[in-house]
Amino acid sequence: MKDNNIVSLRNISVDFDGDPILVGLNLDIRDKEFVTLLGPSGCGKTTTLRTIGGFILPKSGDVFFDGARINNLPSYKRNVNTVFQRYALFPHLNVFENIEFGLKVKKLPEHERKNRVGEMLDLVGLRGYDRRNIDQLSGGQQQRVAIARALVNHPRVLLLDEPLGALDLKLRKEMQIELKRIQQALEITFIYVTHDQEEALTMSDTVVVMKDGDILQVGTPQDIYNEPKCAFVADFIGESNILDGVMHEDCLVEFAGKKIPCVDKGFGHLERVDVVIRPEDIKMVDASQAPITGVVESVLFKGVHYEMVVDAHGYKWIIHSTKCQEPGTFIGMAVDPFDIHIMHKEVEG
Amino acid sequence: MKTKTPALPYVLWMIIFTVIPLALVAFYAITDPQGHFTIDYISQVGEYTPVLVRSIWLAAVSSVISLLIAYPLAFWISRRAWNHQRTMVMLVMLPMWMNFLLRTYAWMTILEKNGLINRFLGLFGIGPLELIYTPGAVVLGMIYNYLPAMILPLYSIMTKIPNSIIEAAQDLGCNTWDVLWKVLVPLTVPGISTGVIMVFVPSVSTFIISRMLGGGGNLLIGDLIELQFLGNAYNPNLGAAISLVLMVLILLCMSVTNQFGDEEKGEMLK
Ligand SMILES: Nc1ncnc2c1ncn2[C@@H]1O[C@H](COP(=O)(O)OP(=O)(O)O)[C@@H](O)[C@H]1O
Ligand SMILES: [Mg+2]
Repeated sequence: MKDNNIVSLRNISVDFDGDPILVGLNLDIRDKEFVTLLGPSGCGKTTTLRTIGGFILPKSGDVFFDGARINNLPSYKRNVNTVFQRYALFPHLNVFENIEFGLKVKKLPEHERKNRVGEMLDLVGLRGYDRRNIDQLSGGQQQRVAIARALVNHPRVLLLDEPLGALDLKLRKEMQIELKRIQQALEITFIYVTHDQEEALTMSDTVVVMKDGDILQVGTPQDIYNEPKCAFVADFIGESNILDGVMHEDCLVEFAGKKIPCVDKGFGHLERVDVVIRPEDIKMVDASQAPITGVVESVLFKGVHYEMVVDAHGYKWIIHSTKCQEPGTFIGMAVDPFDIHIMHKEVEG
Repeated sequence: MKTKTPALPYVLWMIIFTVIPLALVAFYAITDPQGHFTIDYISQVGEYTPVLVRSIWLAAVSSVISLLIAYPLAFWISRRAWNHQRTMVMLVMLPMWMNFLLRTYAWMTILEKNGLINRFLGLFGIGPLELIYTPGAVVLGMIYNYLPAMILPLYSIMTKIPNSIIEAAQDLGCNTWDVLWKVLVPLTVPGISTGVIMVFVPSVSTFIISRMLGGGGNLLIGDLIELQFLGNAYNPNLGAAISLVLMVLILLCMSVTNQFGDEEKGEMLK
């Protein structure tokens, strides 16, 4: 078996008070990758992360670390460190002592502790702040201390639970770039939890999309964006038009009252499907020669493009285009067959 | 300027109920019944050194045992769900709503020669054991009466420590013992010193507990003072002198406790 997985979850089930939160979860995380767990709030991302960190004992299933089963290894013995959602810095220690904490617990000699803390202060750009108290730091600086405190232990894997959630937008963008730089410089695995799809797409090597304790899709950001496996992923990762459709034969789908050629195959005859079309893949054409027509309802200028809502027989299409049409205009819409994504209906319940 | 007027009632209160009584105690301690200055009574206090030592010793033992019981209990309560915490704090305070004499009296009926414990042991042909009128019974009475005063300050400081701080410590390599000494204790030093003072001070000056559970052989300093004011030995000047010495000793003990707290913190902050 050829793999370089650093962390593997096999059939992990977790309950809280009898409620199943994760059911038979399987996940492989490759060494030295930036992996993001992405999903709406409450879908079990934190629970998955805490299972890897050793703070939750799964009801069943196995956790593997570098090939060894570590189910019963307490968190303090795992070669994993965590950046907690609200930083969880020690209020009775200053910046230097917070970062030094893990090394002191491991009883490293003082000069080595000093060197390693110094390296970390440089890495996160806090040189000169070492004697500050925690409450004298801004949110962004506390964040950096939390990252340094975890990384100083040289973990093989760093777990980050929505670490940028409490920061304002500008600082968040800066920290995203910074975290990516740190991950590449140290060549270690980051497992990063977020509910922000843009954050996931910009930072990750691999994105894991979760919903209701389940993994829906694992892939590169490009895969996830361009080839979403189901309507939920398509909708969650960027905006989408999702229409009910019926598959007539390979490469021919009926939606919006028309039979339209596409490129997807292998569906059942007359199977009900979801048809997913990205707003930027819709071209506005002359109404007389377009398969689908509608009336522009509203226009918003978004900087790079206009966002238009077009009403076609009750369905509100979202179109992104650099060209603008006045509200009330009757327009035609065309989509390249390659940009029509056909997906199996999700089975409810 | 604004803050001066509202403070006035408190200042008055302090003067009437704290400063004047303290001054009176001090005055009585250094005068004879005719009102002439003397240090005879202060120097007489030295004769009661064994009683002083016993009082401080038993109060210290009670404080330490109370701390050992209260610390894990307070921590356990502070990790429960919020509504459970409130119920359990109520349960901790429940005995405090019962009359102090009654509570202590209840222990007499349990520990007596014909009390509950001895009758129970008697069923197995054991005993009767000497339970009541021992230093152990006095310590038990102190712990039972003052344990809530140890639990409450510990609980109220522990409940402010988020779980993630403890998990962060574990994440950074701490086993249970390390979490306790490197994180929990440093963060709860104020609660520990408050709790110790809240148990030590009433214990060191009690006279009811020692009289009811200690019998004649475990005279404490509180009994001695009571004897001088309300008992047949009636000698308020000596009573005031003993009170003054006791107060000074308590202040010394408290500053030692605070010192210890500061050192602990100082080391963590080094
Ligand atoms: N300690 C807990 N006790 C009970 N339920 C919990 C606990 N922690 C999480 N849950 C539940 O588990 C589900 C998943 O939670 P979580 O993993 O925190 O989701 P996410 O991090 O994706 O927002 C949620 O429905 C949440 O209510
Ligand atoms: Mg979460």
